[in-house]
Amino acid sequence: MARDRLLARDRIVPLLILVSVMLGWELATRVFQIPRWVLPPPSAVVQALIRDQRLLLRHLTVTLEEVGLGLIFSVLLAIVLAIGIVSSRLVERSVYPLVVASQAVPIVALAPILLIWFGYGLTPKVIVVVLVCFFPIAVNLVDGLRGVDPEFVDLVRSFGGTSWQTLRVVRIPGALPAFFSGLRVAAAVSVIGALIGEWVGSSAGLGYLMIRAASQFHTDRVFAAVLVSAVVSIGLFWIVGVVERIALPWRRPARTET
Amino acid sequence: MKSAPLHWRVELRHVTKTFYRGRQALTVLGPLDLRVADREFVGLVGPSGCGKSTLLNVIAGIEQPTSGEVWLDGEPAPERLGRVAYMHQRDLLLPWRTVLDNAILPLELRGIPRREAAARALPWLERFGLAEFTHAYPAQLSGGMRQRVAFLRTLLADRPLLLLDEPFGALDALTRASLQEWLLTLWEELDRTVILVTHDVEEALLLSDRVLVLSPRPGRIVREIVVDLPRPRPYEIVTDPRFVRLKAEVLAELRARSTMEVQFDGT
Repeated sequence: MARDRLLARDRIVPLLILVSVMLGWELATRVFQIPRWVLPPPSAVVQALIRDQRLLLRHLTVTLEEVGLGLIFSVLLAIVLAIGIVSSRLVERSVYPLVVASQAVPIVALAPILLIWFGYGLTPKVIVVVLVCFFPIAVNLVDGLRGVDPEFVDLVRSFGGTSWQTLRVVRIPGALPAFFSGLRVAAAVSVIGALIGEWVGSSAGLGYLMIRAASQFHTDRVFAAVLVSAVVSIGLFWIVGVVERIALPWRRPARTET
Repeated sequence: MKSAPLHWRVELRHVTKTFYRGRQALTVLGPLDLRVADREFVGLVGPSGCGKSTLLNVIAGIEQPTSGEVWLDGEPAPERLGRVAYMHQRDLLLPWRTVLDNAILPLELRGIPRREAAARALPWLERFGLAEFTHAYPAQLSGGMRQRVAFLRTLLADRPLLLLDEPFGALDALTRASLQEWLLTLWEELDRTVILVTHDVEEALLLSDRVLVLSPRPGRIVREIVVDLPRPRPYEIVTDPRFVRLKAEVLAELRARSTMEVQFDGT
Protein backbone atom coordinates (compact mmCIF):
# COMPACT_ATOMS: atom_id res chain seq x y z
CA MET A 1 0.00 0.00 0.00
CA ALA A 2 2.61 2.50 1.15
CA ARG A 3 4.80 1.46 -1.76
CA ASP A 4 2.03 2.03 -4.26
CA ARG A 5 1.43 5.48 -2.88
CA LEU A 6 5.14 6.24 -3.05
CA LEU A 7 5.22 5.10 -6.66
CA ALA A 8 2.23 7.26 -7.52
CA ARG A 9 3.90 10.22 -5.85
CA ASP A 10 7.11 9.58 -7.76
CA ARG A 11 5.21 9.87 -10.99
CA ILE A 12 2.69 12.53 -10.16
CA VAL A 13 5.07 15.13 -8.74
CA PRO A 14 7.34 15.38 -11.81
CA LEU A 15 4.26 15.50 -14.03
CA LEU A 16 2.76 18.32 -11.96
CA ILE A 17 6.00 20.30 -12.17
CA LEU A 18 6.13 19.86 -15.92
CA VAL A 19 2.48 20.88 -16.37
CA SER A 20 2.88 23.97 -14.19
CA VAL A 21 5.99 25.10 -16.06
CA MET A 22 4.09 24.70 -19.35
CA LEU A 23 1.09 26.59 -18.00
CA GLY A 24 3.33 29.39 -16.71
CA TRP A 25 5.04 29.62 -20.07
CA GLU A 26 1.72 29.63 -21.93
CA LEU A 27 0.29 32.32 -19.62
CA ALA A 28 3.43 34.47 -19.78
CA THR A 29 3.41 34.60 -23.56
CA ARG A 30 -0.26 35.63 -23.50
CA VAL A 31 -0.13 38.11 -20.59
CA PHE A 32 3.01 39.86 -21.84
CA GLN A 33 1.91 39.47 -25.46
CA ILE A 34 5.24 38.06 -26.56
CA PRO A 35 5.26 37.71 -30.35
CA ARG A 36 5.21 34.15 -31.63
CA TRP A 37 8.44 34.51 -33.56
CA VAL A 38 10.24 35.49 -30.34
CA LEU A 39 8.84 32.88 -28.00
CA PRO A 40 5.99 30.66 -29.13
CA PRO A 41 3.70 29.32 -26.39
CA PRO A 42 3.74 25.55 -25.79
CA SER A 43 0.42 25.25 -27.55
CA ALA A 44 2.00 26.67 -30.71
CA VAL A 45 4.89 24.22 -30.44
CA VAL A 46 2.43 21.36 -30.19
CA GLN A 47 0.54 22.74 -33.18
CA ALA A 48 3.78 22.95 -35.15
CA LEU A 49 4.60 19.40 -34.12
CA ILE A 50 1.33 18.14 -35.53
CA ARG A 51 1.29 20.44 -38.58
CA ASP A 52 4.90 19.69 -39.57
CA GLN A 53 4.99 16.03 -38.60
CA ARG A 54 5.90 14.75 -42.05
CA LEU A 55 8.62 17.36 -42.43
CA LEU A 56 9.99 16.58 -38.98
CA LEU A 57 9.86 12.86 -39.63
CA ARG A 58 11.79 13.20 -42.87
CA HIS A 59 14.58 15.19 -41.23
CA LEU A 60 14.49 12.97 -38.16
CA THR A 61 15.36 9.89 -40.22
CA VAL A 62 18.44 11.65 -41.58
CA THR A 63 19.62 12.63 -38.10
CA LEU A 64 18.88 9.16 -36.73
CA GLU A 65 20.98 7.61 -39.45
CA GLU A 66 23.93 9.84 -38.55
CA VAL A 67 23.51 9.13 -34.85
CA GLY A 68 23.12 5.38 -35.34
CA LEU A 69 26.15 5.02 -37.58
CA GLY A 70 28.13 7.36 -35.35
CA LEU A 71 27.36 5.32 -32.25
CA ILE A 72 28.25 2.04 -33.95
CA PHE A 73 31.62 3.41 -35.10
CA SER A 74 32.18 4.97 -31.67
CA VAL A 75 31.71 1.63 -29.96
CA LEU A 76 34.07 -0.12 -32.39
CA LEU A 77 36.72 2.59 -32.07
CA ALA A 78 36.40 2.64 -28.27
CA ILE A 79 36.79 -1.15 -28.02
CA VAL A 80 39.92 -1.17 -30.19
CA LEU A 81 41.45 1.77 -28.29
CA ALA A 82 40.57 0.43 -24.84
CA ILE A 83 41.96 -3.05 -25.49
CA GLY A 84 45.11 -1.50 -26.96
CA ILE A 85 45.56 0.87 -24.05
CA VAL A 86 44.97 -1.83 -21.45
CA SER A 87 47.19 -4.47 -23.00
CA SER A 88 50.21 -2.38 -24.00
CA ARG A 89 52.12 0.24 -22.07
CA LEU A 90 53.45 1.66 -25.31
CA VAL A 91 49.96 2.12 -26.75
CA GLU A 92 48.83 3.64 -23.48
CA ARG A 93 51.67 6.15 -23.40
CA SER A 94 51.34 7.14 -27.03
CA VAL A 95 47.62 6.90 -27.72
CA TYR A 96 45.85 7.79 -24.48
CA PRO A 97 47.06 11.43 -24.47
CA LEU A 98 45.85 11.79 -28.06
CA VAL A 99 42.46 10.39 -27.07
CA VAL A 100 42.19 13.00 -24.33
CA ALA A 101 43.49 15.73 -26.63
CA SER A 102 40.80 14.91 -29.17
CA GLN A 103 38.27 16.20 -26.67
CA ALA A 104 39.96 19.60 -26.55
CA VAL A 105 39.40 20.12 -30.28
CA PRO A 106 36.49 22.54 -30.70
CA ILE A 107 34.08 20.59 -32.82
CA VAL A 108 32.46 23.78 -34.12
CA ALA A 109 35.82 24.75 -35.62
CA LEU A 110 36.53 21.27 -36.90
CA ALA A 111 33.19 20.73 -38.59
CA PRO A 112 33.80 23.24 -41.45
CA ILE A 113 37.11 21.51 -42.18
CA LEU A 114 35.37 18.15 -42.32
CA LEU A 115 32.96 19.81 -44.74
CA ILE A 116 35.86 20.77 -46.99
CA TRP A 117 37.28 17.26 -46.82
CA PHE A 118 34.14 15.17 -47.05
CA GLY A 119 31.46 17.42 -48.51
CA TYR A 120 27.85 17.87 -47.48
CA GLY A 121 26.95 14.23 -47.15
CA LEU A 122 26.64 11.77 -44.32
CA THR A 123 30.36 11.26 -43.61
CA PRO A 124 31.30 14.53 -41.84
CA LYS A 125 28.27 14.25 -39.52
CA VAL A 126 29.10 10.68 -38.59
CA ILE A 127 32.67 11.77 -37.86
CA VAL A 128 31.47 14.54 -35.56
CA VAL A 129 29.19 12.09 -33.72
CA VAL A 130 32.11 9.68 -33.31
CA LEU A 131 34.34 12.46 -32.00
CA VAL A 132 31.77 13.32 -29.36
CA CYS A 133 30.79 9.76 -28.47
CA PHE A 134 33.84 7.50 -28.53
CA PHE A 135 35.49 9.26 -25.60
CA PRO A 136 33.10 8.42 -22.75
CA ILE A 137 32.85 4.83 -23.99
CA ALA A 138 36.62 4.38 -24.30
CA VAL A 139 37.46 5.93 -20.93
CA ASN A 140 34.85 3.88 -19.10
CA LEU A 141 35.91 0.73 -20.89
CA VAL A 142 39.56 1.26 -19.97
CA ASP A 143 38.57 1.75 -16.33
CA GLY A 144 36.33 -1.31 -16.48
CA LEU A 145 38.99 -3.56 -17.99
CA ARG A 146 41.53 -2.33 -15.45
CA GLY A 147 39.21 -2.49 -12.48
CA VAL A 148 38.76 -6.24 -12.65
CA ASP A 149 39.65 -7.97 -9.38
CA PRO A 150 43.21 -9.31 -9.81
CA GLU A 151 42.28 -12.38 -7.77
CA PHE A 152 39.80 -13.35 -10.50
CA VAL A 153 42.72 -13.26 -12.91
CA ASP A 154 44.81 -15.41 -10.55
CA LEU A 155 41.91 -17.83 -10.27
CA VAL A 156 41.73 -18.36 -14.02
CA ARG A 157 45.51 -18.69 -14.18
CA SER A 158 45.53 -21.26 -11.38
CA PHE A 159 43.13 -23.37 -13.45
CA GLY A 160 45.61 -23.17 -16.32
CA GLY A 161 43.70 -20.49 -18.27
CA THR A 162 45.50 -18.55 -21.00
CA SER A 163 45.59 -14.75 -21.12
CA TRP A 164 43.06 -14.83 -23.95
CA GLN A 165 40.76 -16.91 -21.74
CA THR A 166 41.28 -14.44 -18.92
CA LEU A 167 40.15 -11.67 -21.23
CA ARG A 168 37.09 -13.60 -22.35
CA VAL A 169 36.04 -15.06 -19.02
CA VAL A 170 36.98 -12.32 -16.58
CA ARG A 171 38.01 -9.01 -18.09
CA ILE A 172 35.35 -8.47 -20.74
CA PRO A 173 32.32 -9.54 -18.67
CA GLY A 174 33.72 -7.60 -15.72
CA ALA A 175 34.09 -4.47 -17.83
CA LEU A 176 30.59 -4.57 -19.32
CA PRO A 177 28.88 -2.49 -16.60
CA ALA A 178 31.42 0.31 -17.10
CA PHE A 179 31.05 -0.05 -20.87
CA PHE A 180 27.31 0.47 -20.60
CA SER A 181 27.78 3.52 -18.37
CA GLY A 182 29.96 5.04 -21.07
CA LEU A 183 27.53 4.04 -23.79
CA ARG A 184 24.65 5.69 -21.96
CA VAL A 185 26.52 8.99 -21.77
CA ALA A 186 27.46 8.64 -25.43
CA ALA A 187 23.87 7.93 -26.45
CA ALA A 188 22.66 11.04 -24.66
CA VAL A 189 25.22 13.37 -26.27
CA SER A 190 25.22 11.73 -29.70
CA VAL A 191 22.31 13.84 -30.97
CA ILE A 192 24.10 17.11 -30.25
CA GLY A 193 27.04 15.82 -32.30
CA ALA A 194 24.80 15.18 -35.27
CA LEU A 195 23.09 18.58 -34.91
CA ILE A 196 26.44 20.42 -34.85
CA GLY A 197 27.50 18.56 -37.95
CA GLU A 198 24.28 19.57 -39.68
CA TRP A 199 24.44 23.23 -38.64
CA VAL A 200 27.76 23.69 -40.35
CA GLY A 201 26.59 22.48 -43.69
CA SER A 202 23.89 20.12 -44.81
CA SER A 203 20.70 19.84 -46.78
CA ALA A 204 18.75 17.62 -44.40
CA GLY A 205 18.42 16.62 -40.76
CA LEU A 206 16.88 18.16 -37.66
CA GLY A 207 19.83 20.56 -37.29
CA TYR A 208 19.38 21.77 -40.86
CA LEU A 209 15.64 22.15 -40.22
CA MET A 210 16.29 24.26 -37.10
CA ILE A 211 18.64 26.65 -38.95
CA ARG A 212 16.30 27.02 -41.87
CA ALA A 213 13.20 27.52 -39.72
CA ALA A 214 15.00 30.07 -37.55
CA SER A 215 16.12 32.10 -40.55
CA GLN A 216 12.48 32.22 -41.65
CA PHE A 217 11.30 33.15 -38.14
CA HIS A 218 9.31 29.88 -37.84
CA THR A 219 10.31 29.82 -34.21
CA ASP A 220 7.56 27.34 -33.30
CA ARG A 221 9.07 24.90 -35.80
CA VAL A 222 12.53 25.38 -34.26
CA PHE A 223 11.08 24.50 -30.88
CA ALA A 224 9.31 21.47 -32.33
CA ALA A 225 12.62 20.25 -33.82
CA VAL A 226 14.39 20.81 -30.50
CA LEU A 227 11.67 18.83 -28.74
CA VAL A 228 12.06 15.95 -31.19
CA SER A 229 15.86 15.98 -30.68
CA ALA A 230 15.43 15.88 -26.93
CA VAL A 231 13.02 12.97 -27.17
CA VAL A 232 15.54 11.12 -29.38
CA SER A 233 18.26 11.68 -26.75
CA ILE A 234 16.06 10.43 -23.94
CA GLY A 235 14.94 7.50 -26.07
CA LEU A 236 18.50 6.43 -26.90
CA PHE A 237 19.50 6.74 -23.24
CA TRP A 238 16.54 4.58 -22.29
CA ILE A 239 17.23 1.98 -24.99
CA VAL A 240 20.81 1.55 -23.77
CA GLY A 241 19.43 1.05 -20.26
CA VAL A 242 17.06 -1.65 -21.50
CA VAL A 243 19.80 -3.43 -23.46
CA GLU A 244 22.01 -3.25 -20.38
CA ARG A 245 19.38 -4.85 -18.19
CA ILE A 246 18.93 -7.67 -20.71
CA ALA A 247 22.66 -8.16 -21.24
CA LEU A 248 23.57 -8.08 -17.55
CA PRO A 249 20.86 -10.07 -15.77
CA TRP A 250 23.17 -10.64 -12.81
CA ARG A 251 23.13 -6.93 -11.99
CA ARG A 252 19.41 -6.84 -11.38
CA PRO A 253 18.72 -6.13 -7.74
CA ALA A 254 18.92 -9.31 -5.69
CA ARG A 255 15.72 -10.96 -4.52
CA THR A 256 13.82 -9.05 -1.90
CA GLU A 257 13.91 -10.91 1.35
CA THR A 258 10.82 -10.75 3.49
CA MET B 1 54.01 -42.71 10.09
CA LYS B 2 53.04 -44.17 6.78
CA SER B 3 55.70 -45.94 4.80
CA ALA B 4 57.24 -43.59 2.28
CA PRO B 5 55.59 -43.85 -1.15
CA LEU B 6 57.60 -44.11 -4.35
CA HIS B 7 57.18 -40.42 -4.88
CA TRP B 8 55.50 -37.55 -3.11
CA ARG B 9 52.41 -35.86 -4.46
CA VAL B 10 54.03 -32.54 -3.75
CA GLU B 11 57.45 -31.69 -2.50
CA LEU B 12 58.98 -28.32 -1.59
CA ARG B 13 62.75 -28.29 -1.57
CA HIS B 14 64.28 -25.50 0.39
CA VAL B 15 61.80 -22.96 -0.87
CA THR B 16 62.10 -19.28 0.01
CA LYS B 17 60.11 -16.31 -1.16
CA THR B 18 61.29 -12.73 -0.96
CA PHE B 19 59.33 -9.72 -2.18
CA TYR B 20 61.15 -6.63 -3.31
CA ARG B 21 59.62 -3.21 -3.07
CA GLY B 22 62.05 -0.67 -4.36
CA ARG B 23 65.24 -1.30 -2.43
CA GLN B 24 63.46 -3.05 0.41
CA ALA B 25 63.52 -6.82 0.56
CA LEU B 26 60.97 -8.70 2.60
CA THR B 27 61.45 -12.43 3.07
CA VAL B 28 58.06 -13.89 3.84
CA LEU B 29 58.78 -17.57 3.48
CA GLY B 30 61.34 -20.19 4.21
CA PRO B 31 63.63 -21.81 3.88
CA LEU B 32 60.94 -24.41 3.94
CA ASP B 33 60.84 -28.13 3.14
CA LEU B 34 57.58 -29.95 2.85
CA ARG B 35 56.54 -33.34 1.56
CA VAL B 36 52.98 -34.46 1.21
CA ALA B 37 52.08 -38.04 0.36
CA ASP B 38 49.29 -39.08 -1.95
CA ARG B 39 45.86 -38.86 -0.34
CA GLU B 40 47.24 -37.17 2.69
CA PHE B 41 45.40 -34.31 4.36
CA VAL B 42 47.87 -31.79 5.72
CA GLY B 43 46.89 -28.79 7.79
CA LEU B 44 49.11 -25.71 8.01
CA VAL B 45 48.54 -23.42 10.94
CA GLY B 46 50.41 -20.30 11.86
CA PRO B 47 50.04 -16.73 12.99
CA SER B 48 48.61 -14.22 10.54
CA GLY B 49 51.19 -12.87 8.15
CA CYS B 50 53.38 -15.96 8.32
CA GLY B 51 53.24 -16.41 4.56
CA LYS B 52 50.66 -19.19 4.46
CA SER B 53 48.87 -17.79 1.44
CA THR B 54 52.17 -17.08 -0.29
CA LEU B 55 53.09 -20.69 0.26
CA LEU B 56 49.94 -21.86 -1.50
CA ASN B 57 50.48 -19.35 -4.31
CA VAL B 58 53.93 -20.81 -4.79
CA ILE B 59 52.64 -24.38 -4.83
CA ALA B 60 49.92 -23.44 -7.31
CA GLY B 61 52.47 -21.73 -9.54
CA ILE B 62 50.86 -18.28 -9.36
CA GLU B 63 54.14 -17.16 -7.87
CA GLN B 64 57.59 -18.65 -8.30
CA PRO B 65 59.85 -19.25 -5.32
CA THR B 66 62.84 -16.93 -4.96
CA SER B 67 64.99 -19.97 -4.39
CA GLY B 68 64.35 -23.69 -4.07
CA GLU B 69 62.14 -25.98 -6.11
CA VAL B 70 58.61 -27.29 -6.19
CA TRP B 71 58.14 -30.89 -7.26
CA LEU B 72 54.91 -32.50 -8.27
CA ASP B 73 54.53 -36.27 -8.52
CA GLY B 74 58.23 -36.92 -8.16
CA GLU B 75 59.42 -34.48 -10.80
CA PRO B 76 60.50 -30.86 -10.77
CA ALA B 77 57.52 -28.74 -11.86
CA PRO B 78 58.67 -25.26 -12.83
CA GLU B 79 55.37 -24.69 -14.68
CA ARG B 80 52.54 -25.70 -12.38
CA LEU B 81 49.61 -23.53 -13.39
CA GLY B 82 46.61 -25.73 -14.04
CA ARG B 83 48.08 -28.81 -12.37
CA VAL B 84 46.84 -28.01 -8.90
CA ALA B 85 43.30 -27.09 -7.79
CA TYR B 86 43.35 -24.01 -5.63
CA MET B 87 40.53 -22.66 -3.50
CA HIS B 88 41.04 -19.15 -2.21
CA GLN B 89 39.87 -17.66 1.03
CA ARG B 90 37.37 -15.49 -0.81
CA ASP B 91 34.89 -17.53 -2.80
CA LEU B 92 35.84 -15.63 -5.99
CA LEU B 93 32.64 -16.62 -7.74
CA LEU B 94 32.27 -14.59 -10.92
CA PRO B 95 29.18 -12.48 -10.28
CA TRP B 96 28.06 -12.62 -13.92
CA ARG B 97 27.97 -16.42 -14.00
CA THR B 98 25.31 -18.66 -12.60
CA VAL B 99 26.14 -21.29 -9.99
CA LEU B 100 26.45 -23.92 -12.72
CA ASP B 101 28.67 -21.79 -14.96
CA ASN B 102 30.88 -20.89 -12.02
CA ALA B 103 31.24 -24.52 -11.01
CA ILE B 104 32.20 -25.71 -14.50
CA LEU B 105 34.70 -22.88 -15.10
CA PRO B 106 37.79 -25.13 -14.80
CA LEU B 107 36.25 -27.62 -17.24
CA GLU B 108 35.38 -24.84 -19.66
CA LEU B 109 38.95 -23.52 -19.50
CA ARG B 110 40.16 -26.95 -20.52
CA GLY B 111 37.91 -26.87 -23.56
CA ILE B 112 35.33 -29.39 -22.40
CA PRO B 113 31.98 -28.67 -24.09
CA ARG B 114 29.46 -26.96 -21.82
CA ARG B 115 26.89 -29.71 -22.10
CA GLU B 116 29.34 -32.38 -21.02
CA ALA B 117 30.71 -30.19 -18.23
CA ALA B 118 27.19 -29.52 -16.99
CA ALA B 119 26.39 -33.22 -17.03
CA ARG B 120 29.39 -33.79 -14.82
CA ALA B 121 28.52 -30.96 -12.44
CA LEU B 122 24.80 -31.59 -11.94
CA PRO B 123 25.03 -34.67 -9.71
CA TRP B 124 27.52 -32.79 -7.54
CA LEU B 125 25.27 -29.76 -7.26
CA GLU B 126 22.61 -32.17 -6.07
CA ARG B 127 24.96 -33.65 -3.48
CA PHE B 128 26.08 -30.25 -2.29
CA GLY B 129 22.47 -29.18 -1.73
CA LEU B 130 22.71 -26.61 -4.51
CA ALA B 131 20.43 -28.19 -7.12
CA GLU B 132 17.69 -25.60 -6.82
CA PHE B 133 20.25 -22.80 -7.18
CA THR B 134 21.81 -24.19 -10.37
CA HIS B 135 20.78 -21.12 -12.37
CA ALA B 136 20.99 -18.55 -9.59
CA TYR B 137 23.62 -15.83 -9.52
CA PRO B 138 26.15 -15.68 -6.67
CA ALA B 139 24.57 -12.50 -5.28
CA GLN B 140 21.48 -14.55 -4.50
CA LEU B 141 23.33 -17.09 -2.33
CA SER B 142 24.29 -17.13 1.32
CA GLY B 143 27.94 -17.15 2.35
CA GLY B 144 27.91 -20.88 3.11
CA MET B 145 26.36 -21.73 -0.25
CA ARG B 146 28.86 -19.56 -2.10
CA GLN B 147 31.70 -21.35 -0.36
CA ARG B 148 30.25 -24.73 -1.34
CA VAL B 149 30.04 -23.60 -4.97
CA ALA B 150 33.67 -22.48 -4.78
CA PHE B 151 34.61 -25.84 -3.33
CA LEU B 152 32.72 -27.69 -6.02
CA ARG B 153 34.52 -25.64 -8.66
CA THR B 154 37.85 -26.64 -7.09
CA LEU B 155 36.77 -30.26 -7.06
CA LEU B 156 35.64 -30.21 -10.70
CA ALA B 157 39.10 -29.02 -11.70
CA ASP B 158 39.75 -32.74 -11.26
CA ARG B 159 43.29 -32.48 -9.94
CA PRO B 160 44.77 -34.90 -7.42
CA LEU B 161 46.05 -32.05 -5.24
CA LEU B 162 43.71 -29.53 -3.61
CA LEU B 163 44.98 -26.37 -1.94
CA LEU B 164 42.48 -24.82 0.47
CA ASP B 165 43.28 -21.37 1.77
CA GLU B 166 41.16 -20.75 4.87
CA PRO B 167 38.12 -21.97 2.97
CA PHE B 168 35.73 -21.25 5.83
CA GLY B 169 37.53 -18.25 7.28
CA ALA B 170 34.95 -15.69 6.25
CA LEU B 171 31.92 -17.56 7.57
CA ASP B 172 30.10 -17.33 10.87
CA ALA B 173 30.90 -19.96 13.49
CA LEU B 174 27.77 -22.07 12.95
CA THR B 175 28.05 -22.21 9.18
CA ARG B 176 31.74 -22.95 9.50
CA ALA B 177 31.17 -25.86 11.85
CA SER B 178 28.57 -27.40 9.56
CA LEU B 179 30.84 -27.01 6.52
CA GLN B 180 33.77 -28.55 8.38
CA GLU B 181 31.62 -31.53 9.24
CA TRP B 182 30.45 -31.70 5.66
CA LEU B 183 34.00 -31.60 4.31
CA LEU B 184 35.03 -34.27 6.82
CA THR B 185 32.48 -36.77 5.50
CA LEU B 186 33.06 -35.75 1.91
CA TRP B 187 36.83 -36.04 1.94
CA GLU B 188 36.88 -39.63 3.16
CA GLU B 189 35.49 -40.71 -0.19
CA LEU B 190 37.21 -38.17 -2.42
CA ASP B 191 40.62 -39.72 -2.98
CA ARG B 192 42.40 -36.40 -3.09
CA THR B 193 45.46 -34.94 -1.48
CA VAL B 194 44.73 -31.78 0.45
CA ILE B 195 46.82 -28.97 1.87
CA LEU B 196 44.66 -26.84 4.12
CA VAL B 197 45.83 -23.48 5.38
CA THR B 198 43.95 -22.17 8.39
CA HIS B 199 44.40 -20.28 11.60
CA ASP B 200 41.66 -22.32 13.21
CA VAL B 201 43.55 -25.00 15.14
CA GLU B 202 40.44 -27.08 15.76
CA GLU B 203 39.62 -27.11 12.06
CA ALA B 204 43.14 -28.23 11.20
CA LEU B 205 43.11 -31.08 13.73
CA LEU B 206 39.61 -32.21 12.86
CA LEU B 207 40.36 -32.61 9.17
CA SER B 208 44.07 -33.38 8.89
CA ASP B 209 46.34 -36.41 9.09
CA ARG B 210 49.20 -34.12 9.94
CA VAL B 211 49.31 -30.57 11.26
CA LEU B 212 52.32 -28.38 10.57
CA VAL B 213 52.92 -25.30 12.66
CA LEU B 214 54.51 -22.35 10.89
CA SER B 215 56.63 -19.68 12.54
CA PRO B 216 55.94 -15.95 12.17
CA ARG B 217 57.49 -14.29 9.15
CA PRO B 218 59.50 -15.63 7.45
CA GLY B 219 57.30 -18.71 7.64
CA ARG B 220 59.09 -21.95 8.37
CA ILE B 221 57.82 -25.28 9.62
CA VAL B 222 58.63 -25.43 13.31
CA ARG B 223 56.58 -28.38 14.42
CA GLU B 224 54.88 -31.41 12.96
CA ILE B 225 52.03 -33.01 14.82
CA VAL B 226 50.61 -36.29 13.57
CA VAL B 227 46.89 -36.51 14.19
CA ASP B 228 46.55 -40.20 14.98
CA LEU B 229 42.81 -40.10 15.47
CA PRO B 230 40.83 -42.82 13.71
CA ARG B 231 38.78 -42.14 10.61
CA PRO B 232 35.97 -41.72 9.90
CA ARG B 233 35.95 -38.97 12.45
CA PRO B 234 32.66 -37.70 13.77
CA TYR B 235 32.46 -33.99 14.50
CA GLU B 236 32.04 -34.83 18.19
CA ILE B 237 35.67 -35.92 18.29
CA VAL B 238 36.53 -32.33 19.20
CA THR B 239 35.59 -33.17 22.79
CA ASP B 240 37.65 -36.39 22.85
CA PRO B 241 40.51 -36.15 25.39
CA ARG B 242 43.06 -37.12 22.74
CA PHE B 243 41.82 -34.32 20.49
CA VAL B 244 41.93 -31.84 23.34
CA ARG B 245 45.48 -32.88 24.15
CA LEU B 246 46.60 -32.39 20.54
CA LYS B 247 44.90 -29.03 20.43
CA ALA B 248 46.69 -27.91 23.59
CA GLU B 249 49.95 -29.03 22.04
CA VAL B 250 49.44 -27.01 18.86
CA LEU B 251 48.25 -23.95 20.74
CA ALA B 252 51.22 -24.11 23.09
CA GLU B 253 53.55 -24.28 20.11
CA LEU B 254 51.87 -21.28 18.48
CA ARG B 255 51.91 -19.33 21.71
CA ALA B 256 55.59 -20.01 22.20
CA ARG B 257 56.32 -18.65 18.75
CA SER B 258 54.26 -15.53 18.77
CA THR B 259 52.85 -13.85 21.79
CA MET B 260 50.40 -11.51 20.17
CA GLU B 261 49.33 -12.61 16.78
CA VAL B 262 47.64 -15.97 17.07
CA GLN B 263 43.93 -15.94 16.52
CA PHE B 264 41.94 -18.54 18.34
CA ASP B 265 39.01 -19.17 16.14
CA GLY B 266 36.56 -21.95 16.63
CA THR B 267 37.27 -22.33 20.34
